[in-house]
Amino acid sequence: MDKMIYLDNAATTRTSREVVEAMLPYFSEYYGNASSIYHLGNRSKKAIAEARAVIAESLGADPSEIYFTAGGSESDNWALIATAKALAHKGKHIITSSIEHHAILHTCRYLEEEGYKITYINVDENGMIKLEELKNAIRPDTILITVMFANNEIGTIQPVQKIGEIARERGILFHTDAVQAYGHIPVDVETMNIDMLSASGHKLHGPKGIGFLYIRKGVKIRAFIHGGAQERGRRAGTENVPGIVGFGEAVRRACSDQKEYMEKVSALRDYLIEKIEKEVPYCRLNGHRTMRLPNNVNFSFQFIEGESLLIMLDMKGICASSGSACTSGSLDPSHVLLAIGLPHEIAHGSLRLTLSGENTIEELDHTVDAIKEIVERLRQMSPLYEDFLKKEGKEA
Amino acid sequence: MYSEKVMDHFTNPRNMGEIENPSGVGTVGNAKCGDIMRIYLDVDEAGVIRECKFKTFGCGAAVATSSMATELVKGKTIEEALKVTNQAVMEALDGLPPVKVHCSLLAEEAIHAALWDYAEKKGITIEGLKKPKNDIHEEEAEEEY
Repeated sequence: MDKMIYLDNAATTRTSREVVEAMLPYFSEYYGNASSIYHLGNRSKKAIAEARAVIAESLGADPSEIYFTAGGSESDNWALIATAKALAHKGKHIITSSIEHHAILHTCRYLEEEGYKITYINVDENGMIKLEELKNAIRPDTILITVMFANNEIGTIQPVQKIGEIARERGILFHTDAVQAYGHIPVDVETMNIDMLSASGHKLHGPKGIGFLYIRKGVKIRAFIHGGAQERGRRAGTENVPGIVGFGEAVRRACSDQKEYMEKVSALRDYLIEKIEKEVPYCRLNGHRTMRLPNNVNFSFQFIEGESLLIMLDMKGICASSGSACTSGSLDPSHVLLAIGLPHEIAHGSLRLTLSGENTIEELDHTVDAIKEIVERLRQMSPLYEDFLKKEGKEA
Repeated sequence: MYSEKVMDHFTNPRNMGEIENPSGVGTVGNAKCGDIMRIYLDVDEAGVIRECKFKTFGCGAAVATSSMATELVKGKTIEEALKVTNQAVMEALDGLPPVKVHCSLLAEEAIHAALWDYAEKKGITIEGLKKPKNDIHEEEAEEEY
């Protein structure tokens, strides 16, 4: 196998060396429980406070508004279920979008079973939420609007500030799943009118198994995990100290060079998009061209299926992902690609390449060469391509 | 997740391509579910399958089962080809992951569809051959998920 080229940073990122180094002492040297009274416990307590302060600052929040969790999914579950319970006396209606992550969508489905009503707002062909539809969906019993900050598959960045404004005007809580956006683009809970926000460590070169939920002061939702008094009594369980320290360090690093990162990675992104569009016929860029995460590239290649493409890329050492059904274990392709209006067969032929600051132009050139060769090969195998060529009056 | 045999047939598919003026051709599956298989047959006067080719839009397992199915029916009589079941295709590939079993059904169905086309063109009836379904997924989808 050739040298590995990692282009699946929306799935997870490499934990950076500096992050690992920051974490290491908190495994076997400073292993105290932060709730303990003696000095070893205090050391952990202090480390957690430092990480919390770094994270709070990155969001324009107060440290007391940051609650550590085991990751993005827990944060999403907590925000939705606890809000639904806390405000059930006011109403049982929640608004979300049709392209949310499953951590939101499946939690919404659970709430539907519990008697809540959910409205799923449609998106346009670029994956941008329809704001008019959102406004019109608001009812007297609407208690929560939850819309993702940026989409994990197609990278489209939502008009979060406007959604927050709409929610605030009507006195409705606004939660955003910012797992893909946090650390990659500026996020500010004050100017963006965000009441709750979910984030995860491993999407920004931090460790896995650590996330947080930002809960604005005054938002009265209760604990989701019951037990000890950790996290101001709102999230029980002995703190994942190494994880929290690593997350804090990852955030510190992401924020200190965010502008540089955004410029560098979006230049790589645009280079890759342009090159694929130039060199691979019958392709389509999915997601918004400009309102897009700096690291996201998503294409559909007509007449071929995504899993085949992924396996062949893997054989060339390239790690990527797809919205094809075959990679998800169901027969339906990605709900996001269907929501932006792609026909099933085009959705099956999608490829997501997500970059990091570690990628190089050489890697991208190599990747485009590989895609070109594999797509051509799979098309030679495809009865859909054969039919297309016959229709066009060309020879296969 | 795939056996070595599946990977081998996926990366080096046997009998991939078209046959000009085939004795029979069958296309099954649908793009909605992500796989379409087309099988071409060249059957001689004695009723022996001399040539068998395929084209497939689908995942690794779909390509591998098509490739293996063409290998299994090549050189066989029509009666023998009819006995090539999805089970036989799977066994020859050293198994498939559970979610990919439908690919092997599709391969069996594609051969039957090509044989049906051959029989129609010839104006003959092949004993034991039923008119192929257009889409095997309709029943499959409910069973599996």
